[in-house]
Amino acid sequence: MSDNKTTLDFREFRERIGDIRGKEYWRSLEELSRGADFEELMQDEFPRQAAPLANGVHRRDFMKLMSASIALAGAAACTPPSGKPEKIVPYVKQPEDLIPGKPLFFATAMPLGGYTTGVLAESHMGRPTKIEGNPDHPSSLGGTDAYMQASILGLYDPDRSQVVRTFGETRTWSDFIGALQPVLKEAAVNGAGLRILTQTVTSPTLGAALRALVAQYPGMQWHQWEPVSGDNKREGLRSAFGGYVNAVYHFDKASVVVSLDSDFMSDGAGHVRYSRDFASRRRVRHDTKSMNRLYAIESSPTSSGSIADHRLSVRPSQIEGCARAIAAGVGLGAAGAIAENASWIAALVRDLQRNQGAAIVVAGDDQPPVVHAIAMAINQAIGAIGTTITITDSPEVEPVNQLESLRRLVTDMNAGSVKALIMLGGNPIFDAPADFNFAAAFDKVPFRAHLSPYYDETSMLSHWHIPETHYLETWGDGRGHDGTVTIQQPLIAPLYNGRAAIEVLATLAGGMDQSPYDAVRSHWMTNGANETLWRKWLNDGVVTNSALPARTASASTSIPAPVAPKQSGGFELRITHDPNIYDGRFANNAWLQELPKPQTKITWENVLLLSPKSANAIGFGDAERDDLFNEKHTLQADLSFRGRTLRVPVWVVPGMPENVATIHFGYGRKHGGKVASEISEKNPGGVDIYPIRFSDGLTGGAGAQITLVRSAGTYPIGCTQEHQSINPKDVGGDRGIIRSGTFDEYQRNPHAILGEEHEAAAEKDESFYPAFEYKGHAWAMVIDTSVCTGCNGCVIACQAENNISVVGKEEVVREREMHWLRIDRYYRGAPENPEVYHQPVPCMQCENAPCEPVCPVEATSHSSEGLNDMTYNRCVGTRYCSNNCPYKVRRFNFFHYADYDTEAMKPMRNPDVTVRTRGVMEKCTYCVQRINAAKIEAEKDGPQGRRVRDGEVTTACQQACPSEAITFGDMNDPSSRVASLKKEPANYALLEDLNTRPRTTYLGAIRNPNPEIRG
Amino acid sequence: MAQKDETPVHEIRPVTQEVRVPERYLPAPTIEPGHSYASITDHISTIVLRKRTPIGWYVGFGISLILISVLTATIGKLVFVGVGIWGINHPVGWGMDIINFVWWIGIGHAGTLISAILLLLRQEWRTSINRFAEAMTLFAVAAAGLYPALHTGRPWYDFWLFPYPNTMTLWPQFRSPLMWDVFAVSTYATVSALFWYVGLIPDLATLRDRATNVVARKIYGMGALGWRGSAKHWYRYETAYLLLAGLSTPLVLSVHTIVSFDFAVAQIPGWHATFFPPYFVAGAVFAGFAMVLTLAIPARKFLKLEDFITMKHLENMGKIMLATGMIVFYSYLMELFLGWYSGNVFERFMVHNRIFGPYWKMYVALIVCNGLAPQMMWFKRFRTSTAFLFITAMFVNVGMWLERFVIIPASLHRDFLPSSWGMYHGSPWDWSMFIGSMGLFLFLLFLFIRFLPMISIFEMRTLLPEAHAHGEEH
Amino acid sequence: MAQIFHRSTNTLSRVTIFGAVFIAGFVLWVIGGIVRSPYVTNQGIAREQPVPFSHQHHVAGLGIDCRYCHTSVEKSNFAGVPPTQTCMNCHAQIWTNADMLAPVRNSFSSNTPIRWERVHRLPDYVHFNHSIHVNKGVGCASCHGRIDRMNLTYQASPLTMEWCLDCHRAPEKYVRPRDQVFNMAYVASDQKTLGPQLVRAYNIQKLTSCSTCHY
Repeated sequence: MSDNKTTLDFREFRERIGDIRGKEYWRSLEELSRGADFEELMQDEFPRQAAPLANGVHRRDFMKLMSASIALAGAAACTPPSGKPEKIVPYVKQPEDLIPGKPLFFATAMPLGGYTTGVLAESHMGRPTKIEGNPDHPSSLGGTDAYMQASILGLYDPDRSQVVRTFGETRTWSDFIGALQPVLKEAAVNGAGLRILTQTVTSPTLGAALRALVAQYPGMQWHQWEPVSGDNKREGLRSAFGGYVNAVYHFDKASVVVSLDSDFMSDGAGHVRYSRDFASRRRVRHDTKSMNRLYAIESSPTSSGSIADHRLSVRPSQIEGCARAIAAGVGLGAAGAIAENASWIAALVRDLQRNQGAAIVVAGDDQPPVVHAIAMAINQAIGAIGTTITITDSPEVEPVNQLESLRRLVTDMNAGSVKALIMLGGNPIFDAPADFNFAAAFDKVPFRAHLSPYYDETSMLSHWHIPETHYLETWGDGRGHDGTVTIQQPLIAPLYNGRAAIEVLATLAGGMDQSPYDAVRSHWMTNGANETLWRKWLNDGVVTNSALPARTASASTSIPAPVAPKQSGGFELRITHDPNIYDGRFANNAWLQELPKPQTKITWENVLLLSPKSANAIGFGDAERDDLFNEKHTLQADLSFRGRTLRVPVWVVPGMPENVATIHFGYGRKHGGKVASEISEKNPGGVDIYPIRFSDGLTGGAGAQITLVRSAGTYPIGCTQEHQSINPKDVGGDRGIIRSGTFDEYQRNPHAILGEEHEAAAEKDESFYPAFEYKGHAWAMVIDTSVCTGCNGCVIACQAENNISVVGKEEVVREREMHWLRIDRYYRGAPENPEVYHQPVPCMQCENAPCEPVCPVEATSHSSEGLNDMTYNRCVGTRYCSNNCPYKVRRFNFFHYADYDTEAMKPMRNPDVTVRTRGVMEKCTYCVQRINAAKIEAEKDGPQGRRVRDGEVTTACQQACPSEAITFGDMNDPSSRVASLKKEPANYALLEDLNTRPRTTYLGAIRNPNPEIRG
Repeated sequence: MAQKDETPVHEIRPVTQEVRVPERYLPAPTIEPGHSYASITDHISTIVLRKRTPIGWYVGFGISLILISVLTATIGKLVFVGVGIWGINHPVGWGMDIINFVWWIGIGHAGTLISAILLLLRQEWRTSINRFAEAMTLFAVAAAGLYPALHTGRPWYDFWLFPYPNTMTLWPQFRSPLMWDVFAVSTYATVSALFWYVGLIPDLATLRDRATNVVARKIYGMGALGWRGSAKHWYRYETAYLLLAGLSTPLVLSVHTIVSFDFAVAQIPGWHATFFPPYFVAGAVFAGFAMVLTLAIPARKFLKLEDFITMKHLENMGKIMLATGMIVFYSYLMELFLGWYSGNVFERFMVHNRIFGPYWKMYVALIVCNGLAPQMMWFKRFRTSTAFLFITAMFVNVGMWLERFVIIPASLHRDFLPSSWGMYHGSPWDWSMFIGSMGLFLFLLFLFIRFLPMISIFEMRTLLPEAHAHGEEH
Repeated sequence: MAQIFHRSTNTLSRVTIFGAVFIAGFVLWVIGGIVRSPYVTNQGIAREQPVPFSHQHHVAGLGIDCRYCHTSVEKSNFAGVPPTQTCMNCHAQIWTNADMLAPVRNSFSSNTPIRWERVHRLPDYVHFNHSIHVNKGVGCASCHGRIDRMNLTYQASPLTMEWCLDCHRAPEKYVRPRDQVFNMAYVASDQKTLGPQLVRAYNIQKLTSCSTCHY
């Protein structure tokens, strides 16, 4: 076929590179994709594939074409050679066949740490553009967290590995299969040499395949490891229930919740669901009679702890003591030697006892098994087991102590008894415990194959690297936090030549190629599915009644005797995974990298968290601190742990316990994508903490082994918000930004919490002129600050929906981050243990918007429905509007931030939102593209059209919010939720004295402290 | 007056007058004695018409050219990369771009004030400095104009700020102070230019007549618009000049009033203040005279103009600096008082933040430069010492820049919501742009003193006793 | 002294001084004309297409309804460009070996889409939705002109913002009964009275907020 051919012959294309079983392979994507065709294809406003599709051409073919076009690479390899038709059932919300220009939604599931959460993926003309939660999935109920929202970027990430490789040499899938054969022959004789290393596995299909493999190769061993292993929980529950079980919490049934260093609302399986359940008991309206209460005992600030009614800040080593004290309080075991906080704990205990069967004690994953055991014992004693906590079998296919599992593997590797190691995902070279010296042992294995989405640290040292598919690219399945199974269906054919774990296993099983679709489908067809059920499952995104049944189990109430009390002199070091990039697997996801961390608001970095006092102790004084923080700098310290020293930036966080240093692992990647490894020469993207993460101290350590010494020089930090307290003395008086009060006060006088000056200003029009009358819709938003945990789900949702650019660390340091929606975090009270308040701040859509009259070209103006429109194409960029915005919610493109060049990123963008260019102001407009779409549909309904109904428009942030803190709707519609919330006594406007008349208002933060506890 | 220019220029009259009255009883002269029409004409026009350009001029002009190249480079970078090269960020959307704009515009006030208002007030001492000051005004406005034009994110769309019929059927936002700026500044520039040019016409004619080189004669001739100095010409000239003076008088007040609206109309604490207009106008005059002094003192020295720009001029300007300086200082105090008196949390914090916040050094420096330094002008000793005047003027120049810094970034960087507080620092490109704009100013200035009479020849003539003698006869 | 300028200079200078005003005015007028001309708007420029498709023949000649090919015009923002399949529905039977149709047949056999030239191009920052206009009684011809008389398709309207606003500000001037939307030849007997009636009947709003089209 001649190169001057103007149109893309897909078949020929596939023949050329599609069938990667063919011998020939290629080196450059350009050479492959014949540039021009694809370029044009990419530029098409409406990809030409849309047409055949509208005509009912098979969606699968459509995806092939799409993938070919999108990836600009040999992605067409997706087509299974068998060419068997594979069906997909679009979500019923949308018409069955695609209408060009209209998005479709498909139910699938995102796996993280083995557990999956159901999602609805939005597909524009075959291009997945946005992730929403699946309302039918128990782990989501429609909510999403930042990981889920950001996963769409992970799909298109051009840094993802695109070819099979042998130490950097490009190979093909067939080469790999060829190389595999001798290994398998040998394994057939003696399976003991063959090892498979996976991460946590809940996928029934994958599990079945693994089990089958173990049967096929006698002696073959399957190891599991991931750095966020959940071993503590696993072992704790085992010692409590005598077997590996799973605990499912029902926070919607709990009036009292005690968290033992647990971040149950933003971490671990089911956290999205948990924060929704928890919030359901915390939403205070004028007629609310009861409210739940959260006690958080934590060793460093967490999102869950930040909205606790009572927060106890203790050293990690003291948590166990507190747990024992509580246990003793409810009549279990001997009273611990906890002198301090005794009264606090006593009150807590009384509260627990008052709420028999309506309380939960939840232990954090970083706490040792014994704490989990104690927690369960307490739960047993207060009648939580079976009522607020359901015990089920573990959703994991084979729950094991992953640390021991990996230890065995390493021992065998050193012994030379491992002949072949197949790694399905994971990155052990980077994240194995430091003392395992994994790399050395790894080197002794003669055949090492690694399946992973990036060509990372482990891939580089493996004989074979196989690119792994993204969850939106392949078939699979997995279980949610309660065991519910979701069939994971692809929205698009693999962009980058990836392979699913199931495919690799299939080749191991007999070298014969089995498409993931066949694997999953056949597995379920033999496990109770039939054609109709199968369609229904795909359609709903859940396998009906697949949640694991409750077990009638009771926790042993015998409290294990305390081992020798930890020596708690000097510093204690707490090591835990990063809230944004998890264990490092999301290090190449720029959205997550630039996302301000929930508590510290730091981006692109991990830092050593210290309490103000502890900082002073190492010679980091308050005054110096303020100066540095102003300038977005901080100082560094040398952290030594067991003889290993790391230079880390120090960050002071109110609410940290004294003499405790907390740091997150996952940063400091050397390979695995540009974003992950080379944020810039000056700023090496954080510090790698794994070198000081030892197998006997996965969550840190204590005592004299730890030293912290201030080192010379300062270090730039991309922090989007300094340590703003709202203590009047710090900000020149009470600014009325956060209005808060206790539930008791609210009961007595609901208006009290807004403060008296509010009651003065309430409901009076400051203008001489009659206000503009909004006849049609009047869009408005109410944000409930009582339930916002600052989890950041909304921030990334906004970024994904509105094509918001990433600016990079240097620009963040220059205070030029672009997030339209930011979550302000304020401290009130003493820095030792302040109250924390989260306040999501989108554009307020002021009715008297200060930004509008100052724009010389009317680029920002007011819509007839009260939106504060921003017309990007009219903006000349005087920045006057931003200066005059009291909320500072406007964002300016100081440089050309939007990526116009990376082809792979283009299909990710939301086609309904303009991509902004350099020199233009941008801001939140209540997702006006969604409003317009809904209005158009409503107008087309009936000869007269009709009004948009409440709930027909949801903003991206509202839809994502796990705790349903955000409500959006039409104020003029008296029946709408937003209208009723506006009437709530706790409803207030930010800076209302400026008479900007914001459409976005807040519900005051209401806490429910225990009257028995002072302070 | 008609016969005046019939006076044959080659005929030098010997000076016969001698001073009887002891000097201390005489007012300080606006022109040193011993000058005649011819000597004035000679002296001033030779500066322009002499064949050999002094080496000093080349040096100065060369420097200005270097600075201009810096400016060009910066503008290039700015247009091709974006305003991100500056130090501005999210709380602080305006930085040195607007600081320098206001600074230059302020400087651009002395000219018109001297020419127009002092003319109407019959302050004849203005005569020897007005041409110079007007030129300075024009060049300052030119430098100032750079900033609003280039501070936008997409300068190539700046024309949208002008009301013109277009296919979008859109008008600009007439409520925006930036719109008002567009009109105020452009009007001011136009009128000052006209005023300056009209004033030049008779002198251009003189140069035309005295120039020996044909090209020069033609060029000056074109500029002179065929001026023959007939009574008719003089009559029309005087009328026109008076009208223009009348026109530009309100402009002196309006321009900086409107510039101050950029801030006063906004609601940021530290901007939102009713006293900004008078405060800004006073500041402008203050800055203007400081700059006139800064330039006049060296010029007077190197171009040997001590006879024409006498100590009286310098002293008067010193006095005006003192007066306007006091107004400005008063405004500073008022700002603090009102901030406190408002009882408003944000206003009070703004005051507190000015004095004790991260930019306290700037504020202290501002008070020293604009509040204390001018106080030296109370004393005749200092007023009459060129050195002290020059130093004071320099202080004021710096002070006025600091004032704008304190008003713009120091107000923006900590406004209502603590969560969005930040810091501002000018980037190297901010500074190169500033220095570059100075280059532009100097460049024009050097051209002016080389090719045009920097002192109005014919008006100087009117200062001579003879002129008055004639005057009384009529 | 000797005159350095010729007498004529006086006239010359007067002319230039006063003429300047008029010259400036003239230049502006010319610019105003250019930005509304086809050079800028592409109005009335027929595009070379891979297949010389004639609306005149198919619509006027054969009387095929718009929606037969532009399937999603009533449902979506995008009217929909017909797949090759649609062409082949007929051309599998008729004109089966016309050279003119070779590209169509190739495309169908090789599963390669035909790459039509876009005729109506809006900037990316303008969001236009066909379905709502069609549903509110804006005829195809109102924007696309007499497509049924075009041999090669061209852009009948300037598609400038003032052109959009002309209707958005006064829809009653242009709306027609829903059943006439796809009628190319429709002419209102009495738009003055009909227009306002339809505006009421269809509840047509005058949407001129920026975010109606720009977001």
